[in-house]
Amino acid sequence: MSETTTAALQPPAPRKAPLLDRLPVTSHIRQSVGLQRTMLLIGVSLTGLFLLAAVFAPLLAPYGYAQISDASGTFPAQAAPGGKHPWGTTVGGYDVLSRVLWGSQTAATVIVVSVAMSIFVGVALGLLSGYFGGWLDRILVVIADAIYAFPSLLLAIVMSIVISQGQSSFWGGILACSISITVVFVPQYFRVIRAETIRLKAEPFVESAMVVGASSWRIMGRHIFKNATRTLPLIFTLNSSEAILTLAGLGFLGFGIEPTSAAEWGFDLNKALADTTSGIWWTGVFPGVAIVLSVLGLTLMGESMNDLNDPRLRGRRAAGSKRSGGKAKKAGKP
Amino acid sequence: MATLIEAETPDVLGPAAPKRGAGGVGRYILVRFLLIFPTIFILVTLVFFLMRITGDPITAALGGRLPQDQLDARIHEAGYDRPILVQYFEYLGQIATGNFGVTLSDRRPVIEMLATFGTATLELAINALVVALLIGIPLGMVAAHRRDRTPDAVLRFFAILCYATPVFFAGLLLKLTFSVALGWLPVSGRASTNTELAMSQLAAPSGIYWLDAIRSGNFQALGDIAAHAVLPAVALGLLTAGVFLRLVRTNLIGTLGKDYVEAGRSRGVSEFRLVTKHAYKPALIPIITVMGLQIALLLGGAVLTETTFEWKGLGFQLAQYLTARDFVAVQGIVMLLAVIVAVTNFVVDILAAIIDPRVRY
Repeated sequence: MSETTTAALQPPAPRKAPLLDRLPVTSHIRQSVGLQRTMLLIGVSLTGLFLLAAVFAPLLAPYGYAQISDASGTFPAQAAPGGKHPWGTTVGGYDVLSRVLWGSQTAATVIVVSVAMSIFVGVALGLLSGYFGGWLDRILVVIADAIYAFPSLLLAIVMSIVISQGQSSFWGGILACSISITVVFVPQYFRVIRAETIRLKAEPFVESAMVVGASSWRIMGRHIFKNATRTLPLIFTLNSSEAILTLAGLGFLGFGIEPTSAAEWGFDLNKALADTTSGIWWTGVFPGVAIVLSVLGLTLMGESMNDLNDPRLRGRRAAGSKRSGGKAKKAGKP
Repeated sequence: MATLIEAETPDVLGPAAPKRGAGGVGRYILVRFLLIFPTIFILVTLVFFLMRITGDPITAALGGRLPQDQLDARIHEAGYDRPILVQYFEYLGQIATGNFGVTLSDRRPVIEMLATFGTATLELAINALVVALLIGIPLGMVAAHRRDRTPDAVLRFFAILCYATPVFFAGLLLKLTFSVALGWLPVSGRASTNTELAMSQLAAPSGIYWLDAIRSGNFQALGDIAAHAVLPAVALGLLTAGVFLRLVRTNLIGTLGKDYVEAGRSRGVSEFRLVTKHAYKPALIPIITVMGLQIALLLGGAVLTETTFEWKGLGFQLAQYLTARDFVAVQGIVMLLAVIVAVTNFVVDILAAIIDPRVRY
């Protein structure tokens, strides 16, 4: 509503800007100032780095993730960083740099698969539960609360045993991890969407749709869904970081993916644990730093976006700025 | 605002309040208490059926190592070939009477196993919680007081870093630095062999080492235990400290903006007192509530911390039992954790209700 009125009032010049403005990340960068902008930019760059590594891992990595020899012979075990292996090799003779790079691909795949599945299931259940209410709603809420309260890593472990018996191939392992993470995340999406649906159900536009005779499915699918999903990009970024941590935790406990089917940071850290006592640091530090940086990037990005969406937490421009109200700030150009 | 609150208070505690208020709290506590059971019930059911989808515990534990007919005989003996619903109700009956079965891999009663390793995990959790509170609360106060300045920026970044670092990586770094490079602290374990021996020979051990050491006056052992406790407590504590820091910061920023704080400032109350007393106390309710929720994070982290430091607690044992596919033991541990989480949430809700009489759901 307010958007159309302001658009009508304004000269046609900024017609192109709104499209770019409405994209989640770019609009947030435009809104931000000072410290918040720095944090957001650090987050965006780290995330970009992570995604680049994931996409171009086959080109960037000097060796394959399960490669233990090349034309000149077998790789040495636990070789210190330098020479042919800039980040050294593991006890099994894997090249650490290659495994870290390939690991980003595994992590990115798991994030995409798990978050996509959780959004699908969580949103569907949240819409149904919030719209129809009644006993279905009550049962779903109790189950979701029970799952939500439980340590997520334990649940993921139980799920991964059920699905894959602990060990599996690349896609098998990815799916097992993703489904395990999905089970943990569904209650979060469910809660958010359900609350939004209940709020929206009372809005006049839903009532008028009912009066016009739209079916429940149409109201849910078109009218409520579009309005209820505004907050999803935020949960998406925050959950991505949690997905990396859960995947690494699973891998660390030995419920991840076999080293020959994919590189996985948590698994490498588990193997590196035994190296620490003899002072070998490179097998553990590099994959660990990779986890920290990718989680840091995603979290900084998600957090800053979250703060920017909340007018109380949004950093204000220095005095002298023309903007005052939250609405005006959103509708007007920065 | 200050007057508003004062005006509100008589209403709540007015003439009719004592009777109504007390009944309200009583009913609220009862309802919350009864809500524990469905939570535990759902988790137990979920875990039971999930575990059974993968097959029976005997095949999982011994499959491949025994010929099929012997396997079948054992499965029949244990009753795992009966309909799953029959087994489920029998299992519920056993739980209700406190019989959790015997572990498959090392033939120990589950209750005894839980008691032995549970205390170790409890000790780790307490140590970590102390570290988290010592780091999280003061730093959160500093961040809130210096909002949007350099200290705040650094501390917020530190908090996110704490969250982004998996406990096992933090543990690995701590080990590399303080055990291997500097040689100050032991690499792993709860205590050195001598101390463990001394602890196991005590008459009525509580299982919590530092408590036992103090009771028996063995101060050499106490020093040894303390040295072993530092790194795991810091690794797990840092994870939670980040959450506490942010929590204290956000809630303090909320209360620091209130008029009564400004009023206190105008009366000459020191900034230190304003932050640590006036603003902090009202901010405690959300802090306590969320802290209670962190128990799940702490327990999940304990599994990883214990594996990293070979701390022989529930988490370490859980990883072992999982590898051995000992589902009876796993079910027992998961059940205990479910109870702990449910009870903590209950206690937190009750605390919140007692601290703030306006909290009612």
